[in-house]
Amino acid sequence: MSIVIENAALKNNALSYIEDTIEKVPALVQLRTEAAETFASSDFPSIQHEEWKYTNIKKLVSNTYSFSNDVNVTASDIQEYLIEGTDVMVFVNGVYNASLSSFTSTEKVIVAPLSEAIEKHQDLVLAHLGKYADNSLPFVGVNTASVVEGGFVYAKRNALSETPLMFLNVVSGDNIVVQPRVLAILEEGAQASIIERNAVINGDSVLINSVAEVNVAERANLSHLKLQDEVENTSLVTLSEAQQADNSVYHNITITTGGHIVRNNLNIALGEHCEGLMTGLYLVKGKTLVDNHTMVDHKMPNSYSNELYKGILSEKSKGVFNGKIFVREDAQKTNAFQSNKNILLSQDAVVDTKPQLEIWADDVSCSHGCTVGALDEEPMFYLRARGIPEDKARGLLIYAFAGDVIEKISNDNVRALVEKIVATEMGYDLI
Amino acid sequence: MLKINDLKSSIEDKEILKGINLEIKPGEVHAIMGPNGSGKSTLASVLAGREDYEVEGGEVDFDGEDLLEMAPEVRAQKGLFLAFQYPVEIPGVSNTNFLRTAVNEVRKARGEEPYNAANFMKEMKEKMQIVSIDKSLMGRSLNEGFSGGEKKRNEIFHMAMLDPKLAILDETDSGLDIDALRIVANGVNTLRDGNRSFVVVTHYQRLLDYIVPDFVHVLYKGKIVKSGTKELALELEEKGYDWIIQEVEGQN
Repeated sequence: MSIVIENAALKNNALSYIEDTIEKVPALVQLRTEAAETFASSDFPSIQHEEWKYTNIKKLVSNTYSFSNDVNVTASDIQEYLIEGTDVMVFVNGVYNASLSSFTSTEKVIVAPLSEAIEKHQDLVLAHLGKYADNSLPFVGVNTASVVEGGFVYAKRNALSETPLMFLNVVSGDNIVVQPRVLAILEEGAQASIIERNAVINGDSVLINSVAEVNVAERANLSHLKLQDEVENTSLVTLSEAQQADNSVYHNITITTGGHIVRNNLNIALGEHCEGLMTGLYLVKGKTLVDNHTMVDHKMPNSYSNELYKGILSEKSKGVFNGKIFVREDAQKTNAFQSNKNILLSQDAVVDTKPQLEIWADDVSCSHGCTVGALDEEPMFYLRARGIPEDKARGLLIYAFAGDVIEKISNDNVRALVEKIVATEMGYDLI
Repeated sequence: MLKINDLKSSIEDKEILKGINLEIKPGEVHAIMGPNGSGKSTLASVLAGREDYEVEGGEVDFDGEDLLEMAPEVRAQKGLFLAFQYPVEIPGVSNTNFLRTAVNEVRKARGEEPYNAANFMKEMKEKMQIVSIDKSLMGRSLNEGFSGGEKKRNEIFHMAMLDPKLAILDETDSGLDIDALRIVANGVNTLRDGNRSFVVVTHYQRLLDYIVPDFVHVLYKGKIVKSGTKELALELEEKGYDWIIQEVEGQN
């Protein structure tokens, strides 16, 4: 058995799409061409590949997808996906939609679709776009080779962007593939908050392959939420690639409550005195497979990373967690913590969890732990013995289990929304 | 109110209760005493509906209904309350939110209007005084990081809020210093209104100085081997359990 899936339909279709559109944005031709060459010489990974051992994407990449599809989406179609107090940049099947978007771009915090940013800030965009994500990985390579649009935010020195910005990818139609791209650049001392969310409306067998690159300069602070409340037959492959300069803070929060196959890749490279935070919650049922692969790379001394991923799996759902922590030889006085906790609510739910620590420095403090278990019986009995029915007691306990993840979302409106999504999934009405 | 007839129960194939007979009338306070391992806590757990215990035989009638057929939450809704020997710590569930859910479920089952936020707070304030429980414990996670005394007070506070017909106190005195014991006992006495019944499970007599029982039963090897009034408890305090054990073993 090979570690790759040869002749995948997705690869062939993607290559002809790339060829057809390569001239679309002149400034991106070189980047795309290089990525396309790399992509053409690679193949999608099979389950023989160590990084894809538990996540079989054979069917996913063998499907025939459309790379574009003109549809008409109205404001009322996306109303339920908007978040109060949050700016929104909307893409419909990968095309920027100005009339559905609502955001503020200022002198200090420039917000624009990538197609506009490449015209106005070409050197800046080209200095960062595709420079952090590893284009030799097929899903990353195909995204870079296809890029013509995306979300762009550029916060200048000491700029504080108080309103979170949501990149909303609306997908409509069957067998559609969209490849969202985000580029966030924060200069020294800047602060921003971005959200990535998808809205699949009237779509079946949709594949969303997204790449977000973020560059967080010294003393800057970026909060990055991936809100994946996907509909049943939507699959996601995502990458969040973060570069942190000294004294910066980056917090990635990934919440998954649905989808068919969801594979998230999160990579953080830390400078000195940085905080890299990785928070995740997957609350899935049916046959959803959610796979979180994270990697934090302590390259320099005195940095802190903390990872907390929690899973609640019911019915025939499956969870995969792989958390890598690298502590390089120079990264003395590193503090790195990792925890993955899972509750299985049915006999058929499965979790594969694997911490992976590689430490070359000798003066560090690292810890990791993972748990997989059923809901404890003692708290259940305690709640029921006080008159709370079984279903509600279970909901209350699961909600409590998820609580320390949700409370890490600092924006009140966003946290309230996530609380609501989780509570709805639980069937537990908030009081 | 509660009629237990020849109740037998086991856990993991080990028979613990070997035929319990007990009748509790409205307003009565019964103390269940006995040496360790005699089955006291098992009796409390079986009555509250803990699923680990298998009921092997016998009946329990609670106000004309078959108690053993009911789910634990239904027992609570019908007015049975168990104060746990070891109250469970539940991180992430606030004491107040939990209690409001519980109280409203119980009220709903009894055909009463659920409390709105204001009414609930008012009720809570009133009942907090009964066990002099600190307000700061209300916003915290249920029992998490509470001291032993705070946990037991919280149990009595829950009892006051849920307004049961029959309350079973499972070793509520264990681990309490004398001041905490007095506060807990005062709380119970305040709730002793002539209609509400209590089963006080305890190893030691000292709690019964404060909660004076109408009847005292000695449980040994899964059976009630002796019943009497409060004087029996004093006798046990003075002479220990050995004389009863000898009496029982002598008969066999």
